[in-house]
Amino acid sequence: MALLKKLWEYTRSTQVWNSIFRHGPTDNARNRGLAVLTNVFLHLHPVKVRRSGIRLRFTWCMGGITFFLFLVEVATGLLLMFYYHPTVDYAYVDIVDLREQVPLGVMRELHRWGAHAMVITVWLHMLRVFMTGSYKPPREFNWNVGVLLLVLTLLLSFTGYLLPWDQLAMWAVTVGSNMARATPFLGHEGPGASLLKLGDISLVHAGNDARFALLAGRFVGAGALLRFYVLHCVGIPVVATILMAVHFWRVRKDGGISGPV
Amino acid sequence: MSAVDSIKHVVNWLSEPSRFFVITVAAFFVALFPGEMGPGWLRRLTRPVLAIYRPRVAAAMFAVIAVLFGFACLDPNFRSIVGKPDNVPIAGMIFLVGFFVWFAVQQGRRNDALKDAGQPIVEKRETGDGKVLVWPDLVYIEFICLILWCIFLVAWSIFLKAPIEEPANPSKTPNPSKAPWYFLGLQEMLVYYDPWIAGVLLPGLIIVGLCAIPYIDKNPKGSGYYTFRERKPEIAIFLFGFVVLWVWLIVIGTFFRGPNQNFFGPFEYWDAHKLVPLINIDLSQIIWVKLFGVALPKNPLVRECFGLLLVLAYFVALPPLLAKTWLKSYYEKLGPARFHIMVFLMLTMIALPIKMMLRWTLNMHYLVTMPEFFFNI
Repeated sequence: MALLKKLWEYTRSTQVWNSIFRHGPTDNARNRGLAVLTNVFLHLHPVKVRRSGIRLRFTWCMGGITFFLFLVEVATGLLLMFYYHPTVDYAYVDIVDLREQVPLGVMRELHRWGAHAMVITVWLHMLRVFMTGSYKPPREFNWNVGVLLLVLTLLLSFTGYLLPWDQLAMWAVTVGSNMARATPFLGHEGPGASLLKLGDISLVHAGNDARFALLAGRFVGAGALLRFYVLHCVGIPVVATILMAVHFWRVRKDGGISGPV
Repeated sequence: MSAVDSIKHVVNWLSEPSRFFVITVAAFFVALFPGEMGPGWLRRLTRPVLAIYRPRVAAAMFAVIAVLFGFACLDPNFRSIVGKPDNVPIAGMIFLVGFFVWFAVQQGRRNDALKDAGQPIVEKRETGDGKVLVWPDLVYIEFICLILWCIFLVAWSIFLKAPIEEPANPSKTPNPSKAPWYFLGLQEMLVYYDPWIAGVLLPGLIIVGLCAIPYIDKNPKGSGYYTFRERKPEIAIFLFGFVVLWVWLIVIGTFFRGPNQNFFGPFEYWDAHKLVPLINIDLSQIIWVKLFGVALPKNPLVRECFGLLLVLAYFVALPPLLAKTWLKSYYEKLGPARFHIMVFLMLTMIALPIKMMLRWTLNMHYLVTMPEFFFNI
């Protein structure tokens, strides 16, 4: 023990350590404040928070759990990307390989159950924020950012649903994307689409409407698989990450975790 | 027939959607407002329900429900639906949503009682300036939460394999074909509305409505602490939307919609050959053909005049009427713009359960059907 302690003390005295962590031992209030202020990640928090605000009974830690699950999805998703080809020939076999050939493999399970859990925790987070009236001024805008993040969570889950390329995936996405056909003016079966004509030529048809744009085709095929893969792995996560940064920053700027006046 | 079978039979009978929905809505309001609603006898009758906000009573109820759920899993039909890997989280969600809704209302009622007793509410019981340092107090909570969730996720992943079915086959449509589970509430709406309404307009209005909440709700009370008494209408409306119209419809779509999108009870075999007569009928047919005994008029406006009047009365005449009568205090508080947006969103929301009940009980297809103009409600 004594040796470990000595080693720890030595590590903290090195130039390398001090170049990374720019505060002394966190045994006093000043250094504890600096620990938050001098760390870009912890810096999303304020230095001090309301004691009643951080109680588990108040926040349920639900927003934090949602963010944690997002990180789990990023980490496991990255590993899955090493083994997965978003092509009709390989997608299904890659998933089967992950299941059959990897001893004790749980990456896909972690990714899928983490995603399901994230959808549920994001709803429960919204429930908590509503029930504590935490959307009231000055937090109206951040509630809106939260609504967008909720929608993005559902879209992330939806785009990921297609990737295993099994019957469950293909038909769930077929049913889910059929609605796009009925978009007013933009879907070929939607209201107004038949009005958009040049002489006899329809401007909106099955080959260029909203659903076609989503699926890169008239049905869920190779184009849809690639498109959903790109949206799932890059497009939506990037937007969600930016909005999350805004969301966390605004929590801080709007006065931290809400509390009674 | 054994006792267990007859219980299953009763449960299946109660699961018929209109019955199940009425039970759900009644239970929802009784649980939220025990002893506070309706005439005197109803208040007296529902007052004992207040006991569910005592933690011990609630814990006992949760335990009983969990045990009943466990027993139900002995039934092969029940198990085959609930035990599907993708449906396990939804079964978990029912318990989680139930617990957290209960917990939030209970915390609110507790604060209300503290205020009555002249004591500070829980969120105000603080020492000193009431602030603590994020490092270590908050960072440690987050860290412990993170570790517990890691353990939970790994255990869940070890014990429940992610599903993989047959390879995708565009020429073989599964029966039933369902959207991912979190969209099943939206898919359920497709039964009652046209795709452009159920699939595009209403989801858009859900998002718009959620975004509008902070701008419509001008109640200055209840910001930053749990309370029930100070925000009863807001809480009731939000929870009705979340619990009944979102979560309940997902549960219906997942566990009760079987082959050919027919309804099945929880202990019923999902028979793809179940015969359900298609006897849906439009309001115009009921009035012109059945009531007046004449053929449907050619002119769509004449044909649909009754339904159109009904819809206009609902969306155009009702809001100003409400502003003068039942919701007068809101109209004065919110002003015309906020009030009308709020009433429109609420009427749209309430139209869904009205439409569902009309379909289930009267086989009402559309109140207004003008396919000429893509207008079917």
